[in-house]
Amino acid sequence: MKTLFDKIWDAHIIQQIEEGPTQLYIDRLYCHEVTSPQAFDGLRARGLKCFRPERIYCMPDHNTPTHDQDKPIEDPVSRAQVDTLARNAQEFGLNHFGMMSPKNGIIHVVGPERGLTLPGMTIVCGDSHTSTHGAMGAVAFGIGTSEVEMVMASQCILQSRPKTMRITVDGKLGKGVTAKDIALYMMWKISTSGATGYFIEYAGEAIRSLTMEGRLTLCNLSIEMGARGGMIAPDETTFAYIKGREYAPKGEAWDKALAYWKTLKSDDDAVFDKEVHFNAADIQPMITYGTNPGMGMAITDRIPTTDGMSETEKSSFEKSLAYMGFRAGEPLLGKPVDYVFLGACTNGRIEDFRAFAALVKGRRKAAGITAWLVPGSWAVDAQIREEGLDKVLREAGFEIRQPGCSACLAMNDDKIPAGKYAVSTSNRNFEGRQGPGARTLLASPLTAAAAAVTGVITDPRELL
Amino acid sequence: MKQKFNIITSTCVPLPLENVDTDQIIPARFLKATTREGFGENLFRDWRYNADGTPNKNFVLNNPAYSGEILVAGKNFGSGSSREHAAWAIADYGFRVVVSSFFADIHKNNELNNFVLPVVVSESFLKELFDTIAANPKSEVEVNLPAQTITNKTTGRSETFEINAYKKHCLMNGLDDIDYLLSQKSAIETWEKKNK
Repeated sequence: MKTLFDKIWDAHIIQQIEEGPTQLYIDRLYCHEVTSPQAFDGLRARGLKCFRPERIYCMPDHNTPTHDQDKPIEDPVSRAQVDTLARNAQEFGLNHFGMMSPKNGIIHVVGPERGLTLPGMTIVCGDSHTSTHGAMGAVAFGIGTSEVEMVMASQCILQSRPKTMRITVDGKLGKGVTAKDIALYMMWKISTSGATGYFIEYAGEAIRSLTMEGRLTLCNLSIEMGARGGMIAPDETTFAYIKGREYAPKGEAWDKALAYWKTLKSDDDAVFDKEVHFNAADIQPMITYGTNPGMGMAITDRIPTTDGMSETEKSSFEKSLAYMGFRAGEPLLGKPVDYVFLGACTNGRIEDFRAFAALVKGRRKAAGITAWLVPGSWAVDAQIREEGLDKVLREAGFEIRQPGCSACLAMNDDKIPAGKYAVSTSNRNFEGRQGPGARTLLASPLTAAAAAVTGVITDPRELL
Repeated sequence: MKQKFNIITSTCVPLPLENVDTDQIIPARFLKATTREGFGENLFRDWRYNADGTPNKNFVLNNPAYSGEILVAGKNFGSGSSREHAAWAIADYGFRVVVSSFFADIHKNNELNNFVLPVVVSESFLKELFDTIAANPKSEVEVNLPAQTITNKTTGRSETFEINAYKKHCLMNGLDDIDYLLSQKSAIETWEKKNK
């Protein structure tokens, strides 16, 4: 009568501190350059080494430019941060996939694709989108830098046990509806704080039928509902994805692991603290109009009005629409777009590039659209070329940039200019997220592709 | 950083907005530093300063009427990115308490790990507190960690707040989790052997 979450969490408890948090063993710590330097400094100040260096994998992704990665980074502050990670990894004896390494990419894309993220693991990283790895059937969650230091020092973390929530999506998804749309739909229905304090398990026919890439997209966005993490029970889709990957178990170890992984599902009589049900048939291609990911709607809808809102809600809502340059009650279809961004740990995987390429094939990028297509890793980039998608994209007027987090949070040079509208496949539409003053509309790769070839917000189903 | 926490009585800085995300608390372009210091000057950067770098006169941190060690914010404070830089910025600016009706999980932990106390109050307490501060910016609030109470000194209204006994002990004694975990090394090694 245990949930999937309970099984993995309980298997990693070292002790339960009386009237306090759980001391939890961590199988895998991922580190990027932004949230780790102060943790390494902390270790040095205390004269400590990493307790289990072999369990720690480091790679730069936030600051990396998406062009000329073979040359030194132009911005000296970005360069210093990337160099600091390389130096720290060397000093502390940690695995490091540097900028031009074929293994480099966005940490949440690389972990699963290298077979470093496996079912049943506990995984943390100083990054809220660590929830991504839950798609493999792991308990994975984002932490702060002090907690990164904790894990480096002891391979453990002190953490309160979250409550459990199951979100079941029954039925089949309609044409042009993707994992991203499911997530945006959930955020709209549940709000950006509706799952705070919970760990989500996604279940139901619509979830089961998602590819591994789709599941990674969905779990990635769990944090945008406030959840500590999100996960999906591993199944044949998961096992087929993992088999043969570089760091995945092989031979006898594979057989043993597989037998264990097959036990990783919620028992039939498991009780969740909260259950939520949705129907796949109700989900349309989605887009956001505001400045948090919960401010979304079906692409054919109108922006809501302030009817029935409290004073604080109303002032937050109005501030948001003023920032976006939109009016309450108006539709978004047909509105002009300036930028299109395909990429990020949310939608920077091969399937996302396939979807984008399929829609733009035989069409041309609209005049006036600046499009940034950024693969999530060098492995994704290689597969794009292997499948000939680069040719399709080039013929439609698009070029592929080099991998990294890029315009998702604009820590490199990929900044959307103030006041410009970007249809973005990333995860956050917060004020200034993609550059000071930038206006972000979150959507799926299909919706991004539809905007890229028409120059306006377009229902992708019309072009499929 | 490791500042012992007991009772704080202070005026408040009000931020009556909901869903204040950590990108607003400290925008990503200021995350490139490799030390923990100095983030306070960029706290709420894009709300606090105009695009040309001049202070935005309409933002509360630029209003000399408001000051104090307590930040009071609308619900779902600290959502979004896990960046601890947000907690560093809040602490570095001089806040020791953040009051809201709801906090995002990761940010709440980050505050606690930096000896900033997140105090969860009811919606009605929060509304009354915003009203009190608006009526008189010199109004004081007492946050009593040992008793786990928060009191609006103007109206006399008081609420208890939750914090687990372990973390309370840490805050009151200036201890952090790493001190504790280092004392558990042999238990960790024993567990590893058993779970190979």
